[in-house]
Amino acid sequence: MKRVPAPADQQPDSFAFTAENLEVAKRHIAKYPPRRQASAVMPLLDLAQRQHENWLPRAAMDAVAEMLEMPRIRVYEVATFYTMYNLAPVGQHFVQICTTTPCWLRGSDDVVSACKSKLGIEMGDTTADGKFTVIEVECLGACVNAPMMQINDDYYEDLTAASTIAVLEALAKGETPKVGPQSGRHTTEPAGGPTTLREFMGDG
Amino acid sequence: MPTLTINGQEITVDANTTVLQAAEELGIEIPRFCYHDRLSIAGNCRMCLVEMEKAPKPIASCAMPVGEGMVIRTNSPVAEKARKGAMEFLLINHPLDCPICDQGGECDLQDQAVAYGRNDSRFDEIKRAVKDKYLGPLIATTMTRCITCTRCVRFATEIAGVEELGATFRGEETEIGTYIEEALTSELSGNLVDVCPVGALTNQAYAFAARPWELNKTESIDVHDAVGCNIRIDCRGAEVLRVLPRLHEDVNEEWLSDRSRYAVDGLGLQRLDQPYVRVNGKLQPASWETAFAAIKARLDGLGEDAGGKIAAIAGDMADVEAMLALKELFIALGSTDIDCRQDGAKIGGKHRGGYLFNTSIAGIEDADALLLVGCNPRLEATLVNARIRKRWLAGGFPVAVIGGVGGPGADLTYKYDYLGAGPATLAEVVDGSHAFAKILADAERPMIIVGSGAVARDDGAAVLELARNVAEKTNMISPDWNGFNVLHRAASRVGGLDIGFLPGDGGRDVAGIVDAAGKGEIDLVWLLGADEIDMAGLGDAFVVYQGHHGDAGAHRADVILPGAAYTEKDATWVNTEGRVQLGRRAAYPPGDAREDWTILRAFSAIMEQPLPYDNLQQLRHHMVEVVPSMGLIDEVGPGEMGAFGVAGDVDGAAFESPIDDYYLANAICRASAVMADCSRLYSGTGTNSGSTGGATGTDG
Repeated sequence: MKRVPAPADQQPDSFAFTAENLEVAKRHIAKYPPRRQASAVMPLLDLAQRQHENWLPRAAMDAVAEMLEMPRIRVYEVATFYTMYNLAPVGQHFVQICTTTPCWLRGSDDVVSACKSKLGIEMGDTTADGKFTVIEVECLGACVNAPMMQINDDYYEDLTAASTIAVLEALAKGETPKVGPQSGRHTTEPAGGPTTLREFMGDG
Repeated sequence: MPTLTINGQEITVDANTTVLQAAEELGIEIPRFCYHDRLSIAGNCRMCLVEMEKAPKPIASCAMPVGEGMVIRTNSPVAEKARKGAMEFLLINHPLDCPICDQGGECDLQDQAVAYGRNDSRFDEIKRAVKDKYLGPLIATTMTRCITCTRCVRFATEIAGVEELGATFRGEETEIGTYIEEALTSELSGNLVDVCPVGALTNQAYAFAARPWELNKTESIDVHDAVGCNIRIDCRGAEVLRVLPRLHEDVNEEWLSDRSRYAVDGLGLQRLDQPYVRVNGKLQPASWETAFAAIKARLDGLGEDAGGKIAAIAGDMADVEAMLALKELFIALGSTDIDCRQDGAKIGGKHRGGYLFNTSIAGIEDADALLLVGCNPRLEATLVNARIRKRWLAGGFPVAVIGGVGGPGADLTYKYDYLGAGPATLAEVVDGSHAFAKILADAERPMIIVGSGAVARDDGAAVLELARNVAEKTNMISPDWNGFNVLHRAASRVGGLDIGFLPGDGGRDVAGIVDAAGKGEIDLVWLLGADEIDMAGLGDAFVVYQGHHGDAGAHRADVILPGAAYTEKDATWVNTEGRVQLGRRAAYPPGDAREDWTILRAFSAIMEQPLPYDNLQQLRHHMVEVVPSMGLIDEVGPGEMGAFGVAGDVDGAAFESPIDDYYLANAICRASAVMADCSRLYSGTGTNSGSTGGATGTDG
């Protein structure tokens, strides 16, 4: 899906790191040798995005470029290349549903349709209240717990239509749903419970 | 020195050569799109795939360094198949719009598709479309045609030194552009059109004007600055449609600055195409006879002492032949008040080394420290600046600036130390009290470039003396190295100085002529294309303007003699290095306009002082007799050094940049609609953004 930068009327005029984030930014820059500060471009863009409602306005890219003394176009290249930088406003809960083969085989179509029907929007859209944006993404590397979706920084795994809706409802109410597998299993252990090394669990 | 075999031929080359370059040495051409021998290697078009023995798959020859014992085949079935595959992929998203594409007929992709393209398409999916980008008023874009070779990105980044172009987004969505839709801020942007191998970037001013096979191509010399870029003038009939750079490794390599390339529409506008005579305060069209008679009447009216009451000034684009004829005419008429230094530079005289760019433009690449005094090479001589940047990129090249750039923040496309603004700082470098003096003294081949901002002022001779002292004290001048340079802005200047188009004994210089004319001491001023002097200061003097454009000089003139522009005459120019180069006529002058030396020859007959040459050969022969260096075509004659400059007091005023507006520097530019657009955008109040399809004023 082609990412389209926010139009000019949605772009803020300026961007500045908060004092706190400025300290973090300086720590990132300090990781690299002098005159190699441009290497800090990705963590700084991420920091800017986190500070700015999970999307990266042009002013923020310009601010990062100035801070790292690099040409602006080089920052634009990085920010547009990596899909995890959002170039236009997104909902408060940024839902990324994996539909790559393992998740698809395990029922990601159900997750997608559950999201669509629950939120009443199509893939790529944002709800009218600005709370949710749903997009389809390629593999997020949690195939062992397929199907899964990522909402902001958290993975919700082993989803079904029902548990997808439950997660969304909890978020809509402002609650914090349990992160990780929604099926009750612990992390990535076998779906039917542990099969080896059971003696270490104390049940014999 | 590895030895490798290409198509059965053995060759031994340098270790850091690539396979493609080695093949080129053998005369074997390998097709390519992204590879360009003056840019860094990208290796992304895959068109240069060749077969290498023992390699599991074809290799990209542009990026593969040679190795001992390599066996390369450039035309084997494997290589051919690989290229056909690469071509098929390139054509997947490339539109089939050659009939409406300006690159048609001179397109690398079109040519190579003939050799490697399929005659049908196996691609049934939807083709990508890319929104066109705005890169300024000079470059038209059709980005759907882009094959993302990134030559333009690399040119802007490496040669032009403006990091404004980039490849944004990824994969099939990759787009070339500035991302922010702002015009490029480079004086070399026109070269992007040349490096683009397809029709994605084309010449906006030449849009839909002609096909390459319709054009008459003439190899000539550019006169928009004193670099003397080698150009090719493309004409259809009498109309100059475009100007392209021509390869000259020692001057412009293969680049051209925007002014030289894009001001050509000015050659068809505001032209003086017939003589005019001012009657009752109003310029009236006249015949040559009437115009000459009017001048003769005025001269005859001056009586015995006519020689002391007439003066001649040569403009910035005058050719050597015309200046020589004008000089000899005025000497015959008894005048010593002639000058070719419109800007008032205090240079010239018997020491040729005192006004040349002695290091030579290519020589910049051998220098190891540079001091710029009162000049902004980016605007005054863009391709000299490109050469300085090239040297700077190679590393170990400290650059310092004294004035002339407008302040310490000016962008010259390379880093420099801003030492100070005026002569005081230069004096510190002379007496060694400034830290940069030591850098110059420690350098093996240091150089100094003195611009007209430093010498075109009242204390210019003293500044020149200071600059020479810098050169002498820091060992810039030795038998095998001369680091003293004067950077000129006018194509005519060095030629004029070489033939001595300078005030004779007791004669007046430009400022003196204007002053004397204002006081009535000089009664007739002959302007040979001189438009950049104070016309109001000429007072009631009778002004003869001989030139090609209706600019300041023509407006002031009492008699206008229509001359030929640089594309319309066979003529000689000498660039800032002292390199004598021949321009060739690409079109005839419009209407009654004539080549300049012939006008002067004709008038000399009217005055019964006929100049001793009846054709160009005789004039050239005479010119070489008078000034032997004029016979050394494309060579830099000797530039002997000496005690030029005059010791004296300098005032404290800062060196000012003499360029107000790069895009409006001469009469041709001021007539050009394209240059007017650029001026509004870059120098004036225009906004630096726009939408594609914005009119350039050249449409239709």
